[in-house]
Amino acid sequence: METPDQIRDRLLARFPGAAVAVVANPGPAAQHSLLVGGAHGRAIAEFLRDDPALRLDFCSNATGVDWLDREVTDVASTTVPDPAGGPAKVVEQKTKRLQPGYLEVVYHLFSMELRHGPVILRMRTGNRSDKVTLPSLTPVWRSCEFQEREVFDLYGVVFSGHPDLRRILMWDEFKDHPMRKDYAEPDDYEWEPTPHGDVLAKAKLHYPAAEPAAAAPKEEPKP
Amino acid sequence: MSDPGPPPATPTDAERDELRRQGILLTSMEELYNWGRSRSVWPLNFGLACCAIEMMAASMARFDIARFGSEVFRPSPRQADLIIVSGTVTKKMAPQVVRLWNQMPEPKYCIAMGACAISGGPFKQGYNVLKGIDRYIPVDIYIPGCPPRPEALLHGLMQLQEKMRGQRLTGPEAPPHMQPGAACDYPVPAFGAHDLEPPKNPELWQPPVLVRKEGA
Amino acid sequence: MSFSDLSPLESAPGPQIRAVHDEFHGDLLEVSMGPHHPSTHGVFRMNVTLDGETVVRLKPVFGYLHRNHEKIGENASYLGSMPYTDRLDYLCSMTNNWAYALAVERLSGQGVPERAEYLRVILAELTRLLNHTCLAGFLLQDCGASGTPLMYAFREREKILDLFEALSGSRMMCNFQRFGGCRTDAPPEWLDAARELADGYGAFLDEFEELLTGNEILMARTQGIGRLPAKLAVSAGVTGPMLRAAGVGYDLRKVDGYGVYPRFEFRVPLGAHGDTYDRYMVRVLEMRESIKILQQALRTLPRGPIIDPKARLRGFRAKPGEVYSRIEGPKGEIGFFLVSEGGPNPYRYRVRPPSFINLTILEDLCVGHSIADTVVILGSIDIVLGEVDR
Repeated sequence: METPDQIRDRLLARFPGAAVAVVANPGPAAQHSLLVGGAHGRAIAEFLRDDPALRLDFCSNATGVDWLDREVTDVASTTVPDPAGGPAKVVEQKTKRLQPGYLEVVYHLFSMELRHGPVILRMRTGNRSDKVTLPSLTPVWRSCEFQEREVFDLYGVVFSGHPDLRRILMWDEFKDHPMRKDYAEPDDYEWEPTPHGDVLAKAKLHYPAAEPAAAAPKEEPKP
Repeated sequence: MSDPGPPPATPTDAERDELRRQGILLTSMEELYNWGRSRSVWPLNFGLACCAIEMMAASMARFDIARFGSEVFRPSPRQADLIIVSGTVTKKMAPQVVRLWNQMPEPKYCIAMGACAISGGPFKQGYNVLKGIDRYIPVDIYIPGCPPRPEALLHGLMQLQEKMRGQRLTGPEAPPHMQPGAACDYPVPAFGAHDLEPPKNPELWQPPVLVRKEGA
Repeated sequence: MSFSDLSPLESAPGPQIRAVHDEFHGDLLEVSMGPHHPSTHGVFRMNVTLDGETVVRLKPVFGYLHRNHEKIGENASYLGSMPYTDRLDYLCSMTNNWAYALAVERLSGQGVPERAEYLRVILAELTRLLNHTCLAGFLLQDCGASGTPLMYAFREREKILDLFEALSGSRMMCNFQRFGGCRTDAPPEWLDAARELADGYGAFLDEFEELLTGNEILMARTQGIGRLPAKLAVSAGVTGPMLRAAGVGYDLRKVDGYGVYPRFEFRVPLGAHGDTYDRYMVRVLEMRESIKILQQALRTLPRGPIIDPKARLRGFRAKPGEVYSRIEGPKGEIGFFLVSEGGPNPYRYRVRPPSFINLTILEDLCVGHSIADTVVILGSIDIVLGEVDR
C-alpha cells in the first residue's frame, strides 16, 4: 500500500487547491495521517474510495477529539559569529504563542477489497465556538452516519450534508457537549467516605464546617 | 348472661403442630396472605445492563429462580409484583423506570441489584448516570456486587420474602397498599437542559447530612 | 419509499402512539418499541412507523445505557480502564480486554510472550463459543420459542463461565488481560478442563443443530428475512458474522493476522443470501471452527512466562502518539483508538463498537417486513447495549 506521503502527492496532483498535509504520528505505532481541509473533504473521500489502487471502501471508525487552546513554545536558534574569532555562539530565542483550540474528526479507512489499511483522514474545525462545520462523509461511507451523529452530540461538530443530524446518545433537550474537555458536570454532590484533592474542595462547598459554639444548629447541605 | 371469660391465649407452636397433625390448620389472615404472596413473587422482565445477564442466569436451569416462586417474568408492569432494577440507570432511562414503577399495581417491591442501581456504581462520575435508583423510587432490598452472583440475587429474593412475611396488614406499619391515603404515583422526572429536573425526589432521598469538623 | 411529508420523529421521552394520515397509504401507526421491551436485547428503542403490520420507517433511539465510558477512560489511568472494558460488551469480556490490551501494547511498543498469546487465543475462542451459543438462544427466543433453546444455551454458557471463574476469579467481568500478557497463568488442571470442554462441545452443537437447523418454523421465520446486500454491508461498516453472512470474506483473524492466529488452521464460513438464516448458520459454523482452533491451541500451548517481565503496569505511561488497533470480537470488529500525550491517562480514549455500527442498516433491513420480523432481524444482528451506548 502507498505511504501517506505518496497519497498526499497524488491528492495534491488531483485536487490542486486542496489543503492536504501529512501529520506524523510519534511513537511505535507509526500510524501517520492525512490532514485534509474542509473544503475538499468530500471530494477527497470519494477519490480515496474509488481510486483503483486504494479502494478504501470501509470506514471503520469516525472519532472526535477536542483540543483546547494551548501555549506552544517556538524555539528559534541563530548562530552568531564571534567577532574575536572564537567559535560561533548559538543563541536560542524562545517565543510563546497561543495555539487556538479546535475540534478534530479522525476517520480510519480500510479496504475490504484489497485487504489493506489503515489510511487515516483528519479534518479540523476553525475553532471551538462558532466555526464548527465540517463536511459529512456519510454520503461516501454509510458507516459514518451514526458515528458523525455521535460526534455532533458529544463534541458539537456540525456536519453539513448529513442526512439526519440530531443527538444520538443524550436526550434532545440536552444543551451541552459532554465530551469536550471543558465540560462541567451539574453540581450534584453526594457523601464520599474519604474525600481528598478536588473532591475534598467540592465537599467543603457542600458540607459547611461546624460552628465553634455548641448551641449552633446543624446546617442542611444544599440540595 | 354469663361472663364470656377472658379471650383465649394465642396457641403456641407446639399446639399448632398438634392441631395440624389432626388435620386442623390454625393461622391468621395476615400469615396466610403474606405466605401466599411471598411465595409467588412475579418479577418484571426488566434488565438494563450486565446485571441483567446474571438475572437471566438466575432464571435458567442451574440457579432456577422458579423454585422460589418467580416462575414467570412478566413483560408487562401491570402484571408484575417486583421490579429488579438490574444494571445502570441512566438519566435518559430514569423517567421510564419511574413510569414503569407507577404502572405496577400494589403490592409492589423493588430490588436494586448491582452497584449501579444502588448508587451509580463504577459509572458514578457520569453526566448521564443516575446515582442510584432510590433517588426516585423506594427500594426494598439492595444487592451489592458488580455483578452480584445469581446466588446473591436468590439470597436477596429470600430476604424480600422474609420482609413480605413480616409485613403487618393493619396498624401504622402496614404496607402502602393497605393504607387508604398513601400516595401511589411517584413524580416522573423531566429532561432538563443539563440534568434531570428534579435531580432527585426530595421526599424519598436526601444526601446524608454531615457536618465537618473544623480543620477536616 | 419516501415519506417526505412525515414530520421527523423526535426521540420523545415516553411511550407514544400516533396515527399519521398519508394519502397513499391511509393511516400509519407510529409505535415506540422499547426501551422496556422483552425482545430488544436491553434498553434499546425503535420508533417504528407501521402501515398495518408492515414497517414503513424505523428510527432507532440510543443512549438509554450511555454510561460515558469514554469520558471515564480519559479520567482513569490506562490500567484503570481495563475493568471498564469488561462492561462494554458484557457477554464477551475476554475479547474486550484483549482488544484494549492490544491497543495499549501497540501504542507503547510492548511485546507479549508466546504463552500469553496462546492463552489469549484460547480465551477469545471460548468467548466466541459463549457468545454465539447465547445468540442462538436469544434468536430462538425472539422467534417465539419461549426459552427452551435459551435454557440449553445457558447450560453450556455456565460450563464456560466455570472455566472463566476458575481462571480469573469472576464469571463475567474477568479483567484478565494486562499490557504485556495475561494476569495469571493457567494451571494444568484448568487446561485439562478446557480440553474436555472443547472436545465435548461438538456433541452439544450436534444436539442443538438437530433440534434447530432443519426446524421448519425457524426456516420459515428466518429465510428471506432481512437480506443484506454485500455492497451495502461494506459501505455501512458492518463487520463480524453479519458481514460474512452477506458473502464478504473479511475476518480480521485472517486479514490482520494478529496474535498467533496465523498458526492455526481454520476456515471462515460465508453466507450466500445475507438473510437472517444465513446469519444464524454462519455463527453455528463459526462455533465449529472455534472448537478446531481451541483444540489446536490447547495442544500446542508452549511453556514460558505469562507476562513480559519488563512490562510496567503501575505507573504505566505511553509515549506521545496515537494508535487504532482492532480485533475480531464475536460481534464484529472491536477497535480502540487511543491518543496519548505522554501522561498517565490517555488524552482520548475511543471504543469502536461493532454492535453500534452494525445497527446502521437496521432500517434498511426491516422496511417492508412485518413488525414480528423486526424482532427477529434485531436478534440476528446480535447487539449488546453496553457496547452500543458505551
